[in-house]
Amino acid sequence: MRLRLGLLLALATVVFATSAPAAPPPVQQGKHLYGEYCVACHGANGSGITQAGNRIGAGPGRSQTQQPGVAPSLRGVGALAPDFYLRTGYMPLAHAGLQPRRSRVLFSDEQIRALIAYVASLGKGPPIPTPHPAHGNVSRGQALFTDHCAGCHQIVGEGGYVTDAVPPPLEDATATQIAEAVRIGPYVMPRFSPRQISNGDLDSIIAYVEYAKHPDDRGGWALGHLGPVPEGLVTWFIAAIVLIAVCVLIGKSLRDEAG
Amino acid sequence: MIRRLVRFVDQRSGGAPLLRKTLRYLFPDHWSFLLGEVALYAFVVLVATGTYLALFYDASPSKVVYHGPYAPLQGQEMTHAYRSVLDLSTTVKAGLLIRQTHHWAADVFLAAIVLHMLRIFFTGAYRKPRELTYWIGLSILGLALLEGYLGYSLVDDLLSGMGLAIGYGVLVSVPFVGANLAALIWDGPFPGKHDFFSRMYIAHVFLLPALIAVLLSVHLALVALKHHTQFRSQPRQTERKIVGVPTFPGQTPRSLGLFLSVAGVLFLLGGLAQINPIWLWGPYHTYVSTNGAQPDWYLGWLIGALRLVPGWDFTIGHYTVVPNPFWGGAAFPLVCFGFAFSWPLLERRFTGDYGYHNVLDRPRDAPGRTAIGVAVFTWISLVFLAGASDRAQVLLDLSYIGQIWFYRVIVWVGPIVAGLIAYRVCIELQRGEQVERERKRAEAAARGAA
Amino acid sequence: MKRARPKDWLIAGAVLLLRRDRRPPRLKPGEREPVVPAGEPRPRAELLALFLLGAGTLCAVAFIAVYAIDRIPRQTQFLGLSLGLSLLFVAAALIVTAKRLVVTEEIEDEYPLDEHPDEQETVLAAVEDSASRLTRRRLFKLGLAGAGGALFAAFVTPVASLGPVLDMRRFYDTPWRRGKRLVDEHGRPYRADQIEEKTFYTAFAEGSDKEQLGSSLVVVRLPKDDLRLPPENSGFDADGIVAYSKICTHAGCAIALYRVPLFPPAEPKPALVCPCHYSTFDPSDGGSVTFGPAGRKLPMLPIYADSRGQLRARGNFDEPVGPSWWGVRMKRPT
Repeated sequence: MRLRLGLLLALATVVFATSAPAAPPPVQQGKHLYGEYCVACHGANGSGITQAGNRIGAGPGRSQTQQPGVAPSLRGVGALAPDFYLRTGYMPLAHAGLQPRRSRVLFSDEQIRALIAYVASLGKGPPIPTPHPAHGNVSRGQALFTDHCAGCHQIVGEGGYVTDAVPPPLEDATATQIAEAVRIGPYVMPRFSPRQISNGDLDSIIAYVEYAKHPDDRGGWALGHLGPVPEGLVTWFIAAIVLIAVCVLIGKSLRDEAG
Repeated sequence: MIRRLVRFVDQRSGGAPLLRKTLRYLFPDHWSFLLGEVALYAFVVLVATGTYLALFYDASPSKVVYHGPYAPLQGQEMTHAYRSVLDLSTTVKAGLLIRQTHHWAADVFLAAIVLHMLRIFFTGAYRKPRELTYWIGLSILGLALLEGYLGYSLVDDLLSGMGLAIGYGVLVSVPFVGANLAALIWDGPFPGKHDFFSRMYIAHVFLLPALIAVLLSVHLALVALKHHTQFRSQPRQTERKIVGVPTFPGQTPRSLGLFLSVAGVLFLLGGLAQINPIWLWGPYHTYVSTNGAQPDWYLGWLIGALRLVPGWDFTIGHYTVVPNPFWGGAAFPLVCFGFAFSWPLLERRFTGDYGYHNVLDRPRDAPGRTAIGVAVFTWISLVFLAGASDRAQVLLDLSYIGQIWFYRVIVWVGPIVAGLIAYRVCIELQRGEQVERERKRAEAAARGAA
Repeated sequence: MKRARPKDWLIAGAVLLLRRDRRPPRLKPGEREPVVPAGEPRPRAELLALFLLGAGTLCAVAFIAVYAIDRIPRQTQFLGLSLGLSLLFVAAALIVTAKRLVVTEEIEDEYPLDEHPDEQETVLAAVEDSASRLTRRRLFKLGLAGAGGALFAAFVTPVASLGPVLDMRRFYDTPWRRGKRLVDEHGRPYRADQIEEKTFYTAFAEGSDKEQLGSSLVVVRLPKDDLRLPPENSGFDADGIVAYSKICTHAGCAIALYRVPLFPPAEPKPALVCPCHYSTFDPSDGGSVTFGPAGRKLPMLPIYADSRGQLRARGNFDEPVGPSWWGVRMKRPT
């Protein structure tokens, strides 16, 4: 009897030992990744660093020179913010002091999910949004976008300039990313809460942005939807050159006669 | 049959002598002499397409709620003016074609005038006895700038509405009387009353085109009366003897061909290249704006100037003597036009040359004039480029603030450098020709001696 | 005689159109001098020109066809292509004609005289002789000039009816009065607890015309610690909520950009920015200009929250709204 119990115990131990987690739970993996890529600016446990203290070392995904790291606290940002920043490549920031912009996505999907799980575990915060642009109304979206977004992002989302920052073009933004950015207000963008822009209105805005990626171009070659600047370029570099060529064809040049 | 027609006209008008003179009037032949014609034909296309558009446009700022085929504006409030252009672009067959052709024609009209003016300047065609022709041409340029601006502002879309607000801002910045003039034009402060659109409309479809047409006719009549200038490309071309191609049969198919080419290019652009897609911009309201708003190209020099001038209103106590927009929006273009108008007189004074000129200079033959012209043109071009620096930031990642400072320096340094280089190039080209002539003479002499 | 069949008409038409002229010119050579010199025929150029004319004709007909058909996709493009090509083909035909089929003469002629002194003299003499009966010439001229000038002035005077050219009062006018509520685009009043930080709101004077420059506001909430209002603007905020005119003081565009940092230690300060020429205003200190060509601070509206928490104006702006003009610093808004 004791022998059977002992054998059972030994078997259980072996099974247990060999079935030790092949992969760590996502939060744990996220914490490791966080320690590698994020802690130098965002601080231990996502507490944030507001004073540029020790210079951080060079590291993966970062500039290869030492630089001071400051970054906001990640406590309570939930899953929404890390999903946005990581899937767009806004983070990790390649160089301190730059505006976070859409760039290389450093992590695999699994790693991103791990990081999201870890950051979301730091405090209660909003989940990844699930927008439904099909429920939205393009015209309402156009009006809302004009009122709240066009001043920075340009009326059809071609991007623009605000003093000391660059509101980016929106052609690569997915519906989820738009919803996230509106709720976060990344960098110097205003932050629109559901109280100011309801989820229904947000769906309409996303529907409009989707439209604006391929808007009605019934007039022909769209010239980047930027208006008079590319139109002027066409005037001078196409029309003027063609018409000058016609003039040269019709008329003479001095060299024809000077011989 | 032509015989019968000619006889009919001559018997009833006495016009045969004039007809003969016209048919055998001479056109000296150089391709750059055709640039003015390009502008003229663009104007013809403008009037033709513009007349068609005027039959659809509704110059009313009364608001209406849109219910039509363009979904992104469904249910939105807009003026009748904007609505009528939206309908023209979406529901009227060939409406968008004519509208876009009209707008391209305006852009090309101004480009052609500028090219023509540059040719006139750099060949000295404005000298006595043609100063009047030149001044009339400059007036047409100024009127055309205003006409184009009013034309695209009639649409009342977001982009042009912002442009109108800026035009108002520049006008009120004129010292002492600016606001009074603006009150007159807008019937009070911006955005004005119900009749402002009617005023813009009448100015754009009647007053300004009529004025331009009259000035253009006088301009052409003066050219014909004094005959066209010519290059001295053959020895028999002198100040007194003109050599050229007669109107008929030689010049007629050329001019007609040019006319149809201009029209053809404009209609091709009108159908294939989208211009001013007002349905994308949406209607104008004073309380909304969009990033990246720009005026049409021929006003780009002004937006550059407005952005470059540092921010200060010049005040004396409570009196705001010179509000900021005046420098970039009004003083800068006035200085440019002032220079252009006064140049023939200035040149006469500086060179002491008060004579008649029917023969043109090549740019290299007048290094001083060429250098100054290049300098002024560089000045305007650099200011013009500065106006696009925000898009350069977005596209090329160049700091906007850095560019502004760069341009503030380069708009003064660049013209001087460009002028000096132009001067040297002219001198060198002249010297090169002189060397060539002497070499040929020496060779001929050597051959003669042998 | 047999009746002509359709085939016969076709043949006759083709012959008429396609045959070359073999008749000699109307007047025999030697009967008169040719005004335009004769040139050798160029059949290949002729054919080319005819071909181009034919292509132009086809394209023009295509335009009419495209126009007539209703549901053509990209109709504007096909219309432009057909009409444009038609014009260019005919233009090409004309240019071929000009360069290869028409004899290009190079004729010499005289420039017209520089001036005509004799005629000038006759004109001047006529003018001088005509005044033989006048004894007070200068006075007469003065009288005519005066009357003409006065008449011209009279005719121009009604232009003043176009607008209040001498009455600048409306430039100072805004719809804001003490107690007027701040409402959104649909007329709903704003509540103080509705205004969140790190975002912006557009507000209007209740009951006013929204397009009026003096009506629109941009409203933001700043942390009270960040507010540094100057003495002349002290008390203008409603517990950290500040309201400014939405119309830029440079040239009149709407200030639709609000730059607000998510993480202030590393990001630019809050700013209200105009998209036209990037005039930048600081909302924490009464609207001073921190960058850009604006020469005047942004007008600030004093506001408060009433007993029900709704935002109301405490009075009018501290400065007139809109682009600066001669009298913008002379009076406060009315």
